[in-house]
Amino acid sequence: MHFDAFDRYHDTESFVHRLDPRVKVLVTVAFILSNALLPDGAWMAFGFSWSFLLFVNALSNLGVAFTFKRSFVALPFALVAITVLFSIPGQPLSTFHFLMWDFTITDMGLLRFVSILIRSWLSVQMAILLVATARFPDIVHALEHLRVPSILTTIIAFLYRYLFVLVDEVFRLLRARESRSAAAPGTRSGGSVAWRAGVAGNMAGQLFLRSYERSDRVYNAMLARGYTGHLNTMNPHELHRVDYVTTALALVVILLLQLVGRL
Amino acid sequence: MHYSPQPLHIPDGFLSLTVSLICWALTAVTISVAVSRTNKSLGEKQVPLMGVMAAFIFAAQMINFPVAGGTSGHLLGGALAAIMLGPWASMLVMTAVIAVQALLFQDGGLLVMGANILNMGLVTVAIGYGLYRGVAGGNRTLKLAVAGIAAWLSVMAGALFTSFQLWLSGTSQLQVVIPAMLIVHALIGLGESVITVAALSFVLQTRPDLLGENSDSAKGSRGWIIAGIAVSLIVVLLSPLASANPDGLNRVAADLGFINAAQSGTGPLAGYTVPFFADASASKIVAGAIGAVVVLALAVFAGRTLQKKSTIDNRKS
Repeated sequence: MHFDAFDRYHDTESFVHRLDPRVKVLVTVAFILSNALLPDGAWMAFGFSWSFLLFVNALSNLGVAFTFKRSFVALPFALVAITVLFSIPGQPLSTFHFLMWDFTITDMGLLRFVSILIRSWLSVQMAILLVATARFPDIVHALEHLRVPSILTTIIAFLYRYLFVLVDEVFRLLRARESRSAAAPGTRSGGSVAWRAGVAGNMAGQLFLRSYERSDRVYNAMLARGYTGHLNTMNPHELHRVDYVTTALALVVILLLQLVGRL
Repeated sequence: MHYSPQPLHIPDGFLSLTVSLICWALTAVTISVAVSRTNKSLGEKQVPLMGVMAAFIFAAQMINFPVAGGTSGHLLGGALAAIMLGPWASMLVMTAVIAVQALLFQDGGLLVMGANILNMGLVTVAIGYGLYRGVAGGNRTLKLAVAGIAAWLSVMAGALFTSFQLWLSGTSQLQVVIPAMLIVHALIGLGESVITVAALSFVLQTRPDLLGENSDSAKGSRGWIIAGIAVSLIVVLLSPLASANPDGLNRVAADLGFINAAQSGTGPLAGYTVPFFADASASKIVAGAIGAVVVLALAVFAGRTLQKKSTIDNRKS
């Protein structure tokens, strides 16, 4: 596995790709904040927010369908919001019978439910755009510039750097378990659920020790390469005029979205 | 690369702004205490260790085991990390894991990340470490048993906190979300418990020095025992209460100005407005802000006293 196996960065040349990662992090957070601030049923503002998203998508040269295709990851979570359909008082829209209860969907409930889904859907897409247009180490560096404590960003940087090594290790453990668990067709191998969970636990313990001992070797290797307790980057990360202008414009657009949502 | 989203990771859009910001404030305060504590106590060698351990938690969450009907159980890791690495370090490690899951995989939102860290990284660690620390001097069986209980409780606590946040945001109804989340996570917690116990007993057998008297995990102060027991009690006492008497809680929340009375389903229907925090009257926003400040002050105060206590403890040992 390659070290950037987990990075969702999409390597192309575009205006958004060239922007400083700080700008992208700031605008993403501002956009998500704006979604959370928009009132329920602000369809116009939701529509404009989506247009803004599509516009950024177009600027980033990824193809219009890029974020759309990946945008449904948060959808299963909609299950937890399903009760608002019935619980908020309003005009009844339709009633159905399930088991021993009657459920009545109200217009206010539907309005809130759809609004929650749209907010979530828009926010996820902007987050997808962020990781598609900025390399993960650059995002981490941007976080450091944005005053996230350096011990945290360093841990995140190490996590990202060594994740693939440990995931390789997990795959070896899983393959070993597969090999031990041979069974004749039609019969089950292995014991009860508790036994299987125990095996998984032993694997986790094994992984812990291998990781722990690896971190020793990592540290020694880093010392040999001149580690002083601080991670450096070769990327300059300077804010140019275009970064300032873009940030200002994006924030103005987001403010306008709020105005539209409140009209 | 296969990555399966996990329950408890709240996406953006499902929590109201007020709830998100209060959770962020709580999380930020706790993390800044954790940062200053670890910065003081850890050598530069510890930082790569914590980074690799964060990768370990992330990778360990991929070890799953088949349960039934195509579903599989796997680890959340908060309690395990707390027992192995000590409280403050494991809070930072869990924060890093949750941040990367949100940033890289969109598993969990950014604005609600404070809530996700609180539920999965801070509460789980407090319970996991607090309870384990109480019996750290005991024999092996006792330690493992308590670790198992702590792991199960930590998952339940995460589920309970998530439910409360969803309810306060007006996303879910309390009488539905609490039983649903708690029943599902009572089962998920069993898997967490067995994996944690097995992993811990494996490490105790092969590298007992990592969990011995002078290890990182034994350095946490005794204040953690109180914190762990307190959070556990909240979970144990509040879960049945919330399931049995959701109307009472709804009324309390409505009285405190936290939730729209109409939205909780108990208030009068007259004067009903679209339930949305940002659109609520100015008084409600002010009430929410005051609440946030009070909670923040409490957290800072608790953090300070905890810090003082543990420095005294450290000097003693």
